[in-house]
Amino acid sequence: MANHALKSMTALGAATPTVLNIGTYRITECFDVALASLASRRGRENDVAKLAAKARIPLAAPSHLAAGKTFNSFWLSPAQWMIEADFTKHEDIAAELKSLFGDAASITEQTDAWVRFDVAAENPLPLFERLCNVDLATVPIGFASRTVIEHIGCYVIKRSAKDITIYAPRSSAQSLLHAIEVTANSV
Amino acid sequence: MTEINRIKGGLIDRSQTLNFSFDGKSYAGHAGDTLASALLANGVRLMGRSFKYHRPRGPLSAGSEEPNALVELRSGARQEPNTRATVAELFDGLVANSQNRWPSLAFDALAINDCLSNFFAAGFYYKTFMWPKAFWEKVYEPLIRRAAGLGSMSKLEDPDQYDKGFLHCDLLIIGAGPAGLMAALIAARAGVRVILADEDFRFGGRLNAETFEVAGTTGADWAAATVAELASLDNVRLMLRTTVVGAFDHGIYSAVERVSDHLAEPLPGKPRQTLWRIYTKHTILAGGATERPIAFENNDRPGIVLAGSVRAYANRWGVTVGDKVAVFTNNADGLRTADDLKTKGVNVVAVIDSRNGDEVINSSGRLGLKSITIRKANGTIETVEATALAVSGGWNPNVNITSHHRSKPIWNDTIAAFVPGKDGPKNLTSVGAANGVFSTHGALQSGQAQAIATLAELGLKIKSTVLPKAEDAPVSIKPLWHVNFGKGRAWIDLQNDVTVKDVKLAHQENFASVEHLKRYTTLGMATDQGKTGNVLGLAIMSELTGQSIPETGTTIYRPPYTPVAMATLAGRSRGKEFKPFRLTPSHHWAKEQGAIFVEVGMWLRAQWFPRAGETHWRQSVDREVLATRKSVGICDVTTLGKIDIQGTDAGAFLDKVYANTFSTLAIGKCRYGLMLREDGIVYDDGTTARMGQHEYVMTTTTANAVTVFRHLEFVRQCLYPDMDVQLISTTEAWAQYSVAGPNARKLLSKIVDQDISDAAFPYMGAGNITVCGGLRARLFRISFSGELAYEIAVPTRYGDALIRTLMEQGKEFDAIVYGTETLGVMRIEKGHVAGNELNGQSTALNMGLGKMVSKKKDAIGVALSQREGMNDANGYRLVGVKPVNKTQALTAGSHFLAKGAEPVLANDGGWLTSMIYSPHIGSHIALGYLKAGDQKIGQRMRAVNFLNKTDVEVEIVSPHFFDPEGERLRG
Repeated sequence: MANHALKSMTALGAATPTVLNIGTYRITECFDVALASLASRRGRENDVAKLAAKARIPLAAPSHLAAGKTFNSFWLSPAQWMIEADFTKHEDIAAELKSLFGDAASITEQTDAWVRFDVAAENPLPLFERLCNVDLATVPIGFASRTVIEHIGCYVIKRSAKDITIYAPRSSAQSLLHAIEVTANSV
Repeated sequence: MTEINRIKGGLIDRSQTLNFSFDGKSYAGHAGDTLASALLANGVRLMGRSFKYHRPRGPLSAGSEEPNALVELRSGARQEPNTRATVAELFDGLVANSQNRWPSLAFDALAINDCLSNFFAAGFYYKTFMWPKAFWEKVYEPLIRRAAGLGSMSKLEDPDQYDKGFLHCDLLIIGAGPAGLMAALIAARAGVRVILADEDFRFGGRLNAETFEVAGTTGADWAAATVAELASLDNVRLMLRTTVVGAFDHGIYSAVERVSDHLAEPLPGKPRQTLWRIYTKHTILAGGATERPIAFENNDRPGIVLAGSVRAYANRWGVTVGDKVAVFTNNADGLRTADDLKTKGVNVVAVIDSRNGDEVINSSGRLGLKSITIRKANGTIETVEATALAVSGGWNPNVNITSHHRSKPIWNDTIAAFVPGKDGPKNLTSVGAANGVFSTHGALQSGQAQAIATLAELGLKIKSTVLPKAEDAPVSIKPLWHVNFGKGRAWIDLQNDVTVKDVKLAHQENFASVEHLKRYTTLGMATDQGKTGNVLGLAIMSELTGQSIPETGTTIYRPPYTPVAMATLAGRSRGKEFKPFRLTPSHHWAKEQGAIFVEVGMWLRAQWFPRAGETHWRQSVDREVLATRKSVGICDVTTLGKIDIQGTDAGAFLDKVYANTFSTLAIGKCRYGLMLREDGIVYDDGTTARMGQHEYVMTTTTANAVTVFRHLEFVRQCLYPDMDVQLISTTEAWAQYSVAGPNARKLLSKIVDQDISDAAFPYMGAGNITVCGGLRARLFRISFSGELAYEIAVPTRYGDALIRTLMEQGKEFDAIVYGTETLGVMRIEKGHVAGNELNGQSTALNMGLGKMVSKKKDAIGVALSQREGMNDANGYRLVGVKPVNKTQALTAGSHFLAKGAEPVLANDGGWLTSMIYSPHIGSHIALGYLKAGDQKIGQRMRAVNFLNKTDVEVEIVSPHFFDPEGERLRG
């Protein structure tokens, strides 16, 4: 991490991430995530694929998350992915990726554009069928989709049958958490 | 009163006594009762008053088709008007009151309308209240509005929550009677995802109301066993108390689940109702059928009930509607009522079968049926004492949902009813009674057959199994719509008080088309959508016109199948939850400072920061403006849209979307850009910085952040797909602050790790920097305020720390923080356009920015901006406005008038777009669009505002009130 004097604040306005336990649901704000978008330059898709393989960055198929040892990716649009990494080790993820991909791809830091909530439960489906229009019961593990939760554009990722991630715009973190909270209570 | 009409049997739990009240009187019922069944059990037949004539009414049915027994359920904030007593599940402590009556249900003063019925015939409101004309608005309409409606609103906020959700399945089955249960069983055993929804609180449909055996056991027991098997399967979702209310496009259905309506109040945190959106590949409609009455004189008295419902009350709820019951039917099914009642020991006083020529021609009993008058086939007339009359005019398949895509039902002579048309919603098929198959065997068989057919379409081959043995009686009906006897009124649509006479009048006045009939008489326009009355009305019209019923046609149904509360549709989107809000990175700090916030789109932005002793917002804003111009002020500008634009064609792309040129912009520099719509009108403005050879950062206005991004994506994907351009929003990723004022550089120098002297970081410079010992950041030397100013951005998580650091480090400069009001004051003083000027009607020329539209390149909107009408030398131009008398206030929206000109449209010279008080100028100032404004600098005009009744003499000046040469911002 950079050595500077500024203290970070979570999207919910606290020094440390928020964790809520509501019924059978555990909702965890994940703060230590570095994000950057990776988009192939036109005609450089093969180069990006090769460089990604070399850097051991798995590039996800459409509607999917691909997990790697250091980097994960989930699909955003044709030839564009969101790359995930551990913030504590990869805070300047955009610079890191730029050095890996050079002029083959456009890289943009996205770390603080998003707030991430992980929902863990034995059965998260009753909550999510009230939150969004993603058929989590049938989609495979590793499914990632853009969706809308209470008017907020989000990504929903099925990491396992019991672990679902929501990415939402950081500025809407409080509204989103409120929606998750009241919905979890209503299940 | 005890349960005098409670008889043996039924599916209620007699071990549980539930106390409730109706019109303040206490009664007792049992678990499994509805309000209607419990009241009937207690001998209460009178439950409401009719809409128009205030006629005494009791329940006509035992289901959701009920037109009469509408009550106000619950009390206080939970009071809900127009609730059907026939489907209101009884709970302990339930409070219900009758409605649409005064002073009491038994004595309703407005029943005077019944005596004046000649004046209230169909279309009366088109004919009466015509004179004197002036009375309509002041007298007639208020009176009619007061008389109209049924139940009353509590006018208190609903304390309950309403939820929504999304479900997905292979097969949605609507209705859990024999056909629906059979279909569900077949599909569920095959392993597909099934949703079985039923509006009732007990699965089984008519199996719970009949005495037929299925597979050697009672229908109710077979249903219960089937449900138990379905419940054991993971691929089945059973949804009780869930009404599928509408079919929409692409296999989407909406359903309302009454989660807590059967409780006095919802459990903590739980919703009262949930609105589900169901996505399904296939749908089987097994919604059963609704019985219809026969119209005869005074056929609306309490105690006159549909025969199938009388049977349901007896068999399911252990209730007889009266102690002396007569049966009037035109079909064999009606006779079952007599048989079942006799079996239960109820006194059946007469059976009138119109197929034999016998008819009921009248009834008596003011508040409840006392007797009926019968005309026998041989012409003799006799009166029979009866407290209940079970009427059956045949059954209408519940085709409603099949019509939601405008499919017209088809007439079926065999059952004398409409069945679903062939062009209903895709992949929806109807089975059982909903498809006109009325026997239990037929329902089971059609449910199974359709399930197998649906499974085949889903790629599963299933063989038919042996069906449970059940009755298979054919339909025997001889249509009788109304008894042609007597001059009194015979009701068709009981909820809207439409009578046979009304239909005759509509025909007489040439409103013979079914669509005209509906609107002229209001037939079928009540909350029940005419479930019991529609077919009766159009059949009578067909008799009058001499056309067949198929030739007469039918109106069709729209969603919702049954009424849905507005609260259910709103879900959680109430009050402040109507939309989410967005918080800026400095929000928590600003809150600590006591900032006043304003909604800007979904953002909450600090509007101003009051300090101790400041009692008016102007004091705070004046202070913030003066302090910024004197030393340094800081403002959170994170809300401005930020779009990262990269790619080898990024510069060429920007040349297309901006009217001015960006491909020539040097790396490390910013430029103000003007974006046009295709029609040449200004779309948005902002600065764009070139951060690298193929990397730009565009800023947009806060309001247009989303629309500009969408526009850029459209341009990229559709107009110039061959360009190498990648876009992504970074609005939220960076916390960005404007640092403005003569000491801005000095303040920033304390935290920026690099040299930002004027030489190293000149005006319109941009670059990646670090702050506070190494944190990556961005710096842009741009100014909205007209001051020496920068915008500094850090990753958003450090935004709170940065504002605190800036304020701490700025103490030596008396740094202040300012909100959107001060931002507005300074931009108007400087003559910058913003939302009020970017109004979707104005061109670059109007804004005084015409020279920015480059003629050297092709860009979106440039060609059309050259249109003659948009280049009128005397068109609107942005001007500055000052009151001649500095003490006079200006009003935004005021119109320019030449001195002495009449205040008429022809003399309108334009309008004031933005107005503020300028502490720098010492008076109000404004920007405005004035015709030929550039030629009127120095002239005096009037700024007139009729709404605020202001008329101020003003001087037209340059829009650049402050530092017109721009010396301060380049300092």
